[in-house]
Amino acid sequence: MSGKRSFWQRAAAAPHMVWSVLFIIAPLIFVLYYSFTDSQGNFTLDNIKSIFNQKYVVIFVNSVTLAVIATLICLVIAYPLAYIFSRMRERWQKIAILLTMLPLWMNFLITTYSWMTLLEDTGVINSILKKIGLNPIHMINTPGAVVVGMVFCFLPYMILPIYSVMAGLDVQLIEAAADLGCNSFKILTKVIMPMSVSGVVSGITMVFVPSISTFFISQKLGGGTFQLIGDTIEGYFTGTAINYNVGASLSLILMILILISMAIMNRYTDTEDTKGRPML
Amino acid sequence: MNGKKIIELRGITKSFDGEMVLDNIDLDIYDNEFITLLGPSGCGKTTTLRIIAGFETPDAGDVFFDGKRINDVPPYKRHINTVFQKYALFPHLNVYENIAFGLRIAKVPEKEISARVKEMLALVNLRGFERRRVTTLSGGQQQRVAIARALINNPRVLLLDEPLGALDLKLRKDMQNELKNMQHKTGITFIYVTHDQEEALSMSDTVVVMNAGKIMQIGTPTDIYNEPVNAYVADFIGESNIIDGLMISDKRVAFAGHRFDCVDTGFAPNEPVDVVIRPEDVDVVPVERGMLTGRVTTVTFKGVHYEVIVDIAGFKWMIQTTDYVAPDAEIGIYIEPDAIHVMKKSEYSGMFGDYSSYSEELDLLSENIEEDEEVNDDEKSAEYEEEEL
Repeated sequence: MSGKRSFWQRAAAAPHMVWSVLFIIAPLIFVLYYSFTDSQGNFTLDNIKSIFNQKYVVIFVNSVTLAVIATLICLVIAYPLAYIFSRMRERWQKIAILLTMLPLWMNFLITTYSWMTLLEDTGVINSILKKIGLNPIHMINTPGAVVVGMVFCFLPYMILPIYSVMAGLDVQLIEAAADLGCNSFKILTKVIMPMSVSGVVSGITMVFVPSISTFFISQKLGGGTFQLIGDTIEGYFTGTAINYNVGASLSLILMILILISMAIMNRYTDTEDTKGRPML
Repeated sequence: MNGKKIIELRGITKSFDGEMVLDNIDLDIYDNEFITLLGPSGCGKTTTLRIIAGFETPDAGDVFFDGKRINDVPPYKRHINTVFQKYALFPHLNVYENIAFGLRIAKVPEKEISARVKEMLALVNLRGFERRRVTTLSGGQQQRVAIARALINNPRVLLLDEPLGALDLKLRKDMQNELKNMQHKTGITFIYVTHDQEEALSMSDTVVVMNAGKIMQIGTPTDIYNEPVNAYVADFIGESNIIDGLMISDKRVAFAGHRFDCVDTGFAPNEPVDVVIRPEDVDVVPVERGMLTGRVTTVTFKGVHYEVIVDIAGFKWMIQTTDYVAPDAEIGIYIEPDAIHVMKKSEYSGMFGDYSSYSEELDLLSENIEEDEEVNDDEKSAEYEEEEL
């Protein structure tokens, strides 16, 4: 790039700059401000300290556990699916990807409500079970229901990056592996898997981050029987016990947690020079 | 050809989307030979190679390896390795691991792997590159890694699909020699695919000229060059003047309004024939000593020689001479009897060997088009492969 950009080139970036400052930078500054001040606006570390007690640690552990489980389930479903998609004829690939993205076009609040009607004690699934003479199963308001909600809402974000890496793999590499003695299984483990790491890393990041911070899914499908970190933060900003300072501190800690896990994940892709780049 | 047959193709036919790519191919490949499939893009040479490798299955016909039918043997079970056109090195592995790949799959002990990789690196002149990432290598170096990766498995047959196509001229010449040496040293049968006739002639023991899914001629490079079977082969292998002639009797042929002595026999009296005369076999002489005379239309300096287009009785000849002749000059030409090659008439008669539309720009243009087609060809076969998986 040669040095100076023209006035108009810079002007073209202005709307995005304004947007970033207003809706990304400013909120971050507010989070920092509230985290380190008390209700009078004086500097304090009490908010941060208050988080390191058992109540919040349990909430964090629960949140991480559910998010990890949801992410792993997404990975187990998405990886073979993405592989199958990438091996289909081009026309079918397009249809498969369209079907994958279809749920994303729906508001995920609506999706979550739909899952409520499915999972309720008197919901669709239990009605069907009763009809065919089986005992109803209690599903709503359990951690399992929350995980199902997370998996359903975030699965496309796992499939798409893995698929895009796999679809970009050079067919000649697969032929070369076959030529050098690999059967289909070894082609998968020796070539396709190592070369799709970057897609897996993007997928994990894109599922894990929204899973760990969700509050709506856990409220509707968890029914408030247990609290996740997202619910807790939301409670401090909109609930009955409003406390911006503790809420902001929790957000800050959550952000730091996410940044650390993303940094760890990206270390895996640093050494790989595969075709697809991580999307985050 | 001595030695025993290692690969036999019998009646191989293959079409893609209703388009015939190989039309009833029969080919014997012998142990230890360097055989080249030569032809323009789309002639079926790469498909033939892929059928031997096992990446494609023929619609009809059989492939035999050591006398055993291998149509249904998957690629990973064949004692055949391939050097791919675009190298197809594994980007997630370094040079050492790329070369060791086949041995690791075969679960060869670590100690032996290390020794054999070392040996291969020496053979392809890449000592000290073990830990380098393949993406940091130059085209020529990647090519060597690809060759080492294939050769280390001690295949019975090595397939090379236009392996030098992406290299520059100088490097290509060096690699041609190195490949030839490697073939001698290892004694492995090389099946080489190229559209470059010079490459085919200089490297091969046997050349197979293909066109439109058919084999035109199989022979040694000198046979193919000196005794082409038809106008297509004569034109594809180097420059040639191809003239309508009449075989008067054995060793007497008439063309361009004159009768010439030649060395060919076995034609019917007064049989119409195609006569091939290579541009370098025509001597320029003063008009009064010429067997034929004509007027020079263009002269192009080519470094080693001049390329001269001469109008002889309305037919444009190409002549290569080291002596300068001036445009528009009247010259005589002289042809030795053994420089005249007589061929039977074929479906290709009259299609090649006339330089009346000759122009350098056109030449360049058609070369570019050919290269473009080559790329499309690859993409096509890649697509087909994908569908199969």
